[in-house]
Amino acid sequence: MSIEFDNNLPIYLQIMNYMKKQIVIGKLKAGDKIPSVRELAVELQINPNTVQRTFQELEREQIVETRRGLGRYVTSEEAKIMEIKKEMAGDLIDRFIQGMQELGFQNDDIVSIVAEAVNDEDRG
Amino acid sequence: MSDLLQLDGVSKSYGAKRALNSVSLTIGSGKIVGLLGSNGSGKSTLMKIAAGLIPNYEGHVWINGQPVGRTSRSLTSFMPDQPLTESWMRVKDAIAFYKDFYADFDTEKANDMLKFMRLERDARVSSLSKGMQKRLQLTLALSRNARLYLLDEPIGGVDPVARGKILDAIVEYYDENSSLLIATHLMQDIERIFDEVVFLKDGELILHEEVETIRANNGQSVDEKFKEVFDDA
Repeated sequence: MSIEFDNNLPIYLQIMNYMKKQIVIGKLKAGDKIPSVRELAVELQINPNTVQRTFQELEREQIVETRRGLGRYVTSEEAKIMEIKKEMAGDLIDRFIQGMQELGFQNDDIVSIVAEAVNDEDRG
Repeated sequence: MSDLLQLDGVSKSYGAKRALNSVSLTIGSGKIVGLLGSNGSGKSTLMKIAAGLIPNYEGHVWINGQPVGRTSRSLTSFMPDQPLTESWMRVKDAIAFYKDFYADFDTEKANDMLKFMRLERDARVSSLSKGMQKRLQLTLALSRNARLYLLDEPIGGVDPVARGKILDAIVEYYDENSSLLIATHLMQDIERIFDEVVFLKDGELILHEEVETIRANNGQSVDEKFKEVFDDA
């Protein structure tokens, strides 16, 4: 696992996003065991308390679950993983639309530009 | 009391020079704290007072609820900026020296760390490069079973490879029941291992904050915050 950290943003949020992405793209699968706090802290060269906080937040969002005495696992609910995927897509779209609006495009224009771009890509 | 280190109105002067000016500070258990300041800001003085190595100062200092002194010294492990080892020593002699000196020295952990640090037991201490010296000093300091580890400039003057290895070792061998106070004037790479940072300037405490709070509230790295605070020099 390797992350290019941006020291201007909270590190725990960056690890959360990284792990969510790993789950969405299937690198970490539903029901997979995730590394321990210590393992991940050593691997990423960061403070163990930061990793602890990341895992707590992921648990709060029910993305990972702790099994007593066994460790932490990615949720086995596929619906939850779909939910993260939609959430991440939503974030991307929000940022894109905002960026386009700042450039002065109207909503109709944005839709047609996107449709065109997608078609272009389909044709190769 | 869960406060591991507590300073209340601590001042220290060397002749006319005021090294620390009424510093009050509390550090909890299980934290890695960066003590940041430029050269001459009072970092080493604060560390030495906490380590019980400077007896004459104003104010009060407690380690784990006990006034600093003879008994508190068994709770603190200090890694000085200048090595304590003698030039005739080989690495294994330095280990034996610490083992004789400190009842809480964990030889097994030391041997494990030597391997991790790629230090040869038979190498002469005086022949070690600066980076290797720091690795040895860190091994000696962290191999004691203390509650508060005071590391003075553990990455000062070492190349990026050795710096990475030292940071790895700190994360790998850090025990969550203890706390680490790390004095440094270099922010690069190291800010990610801190829970909190303390800024010292001309002997005064000017900031004590959680690093994630600095990043979340200001969108600033600790390095940027540091430059902002110290840039009027």
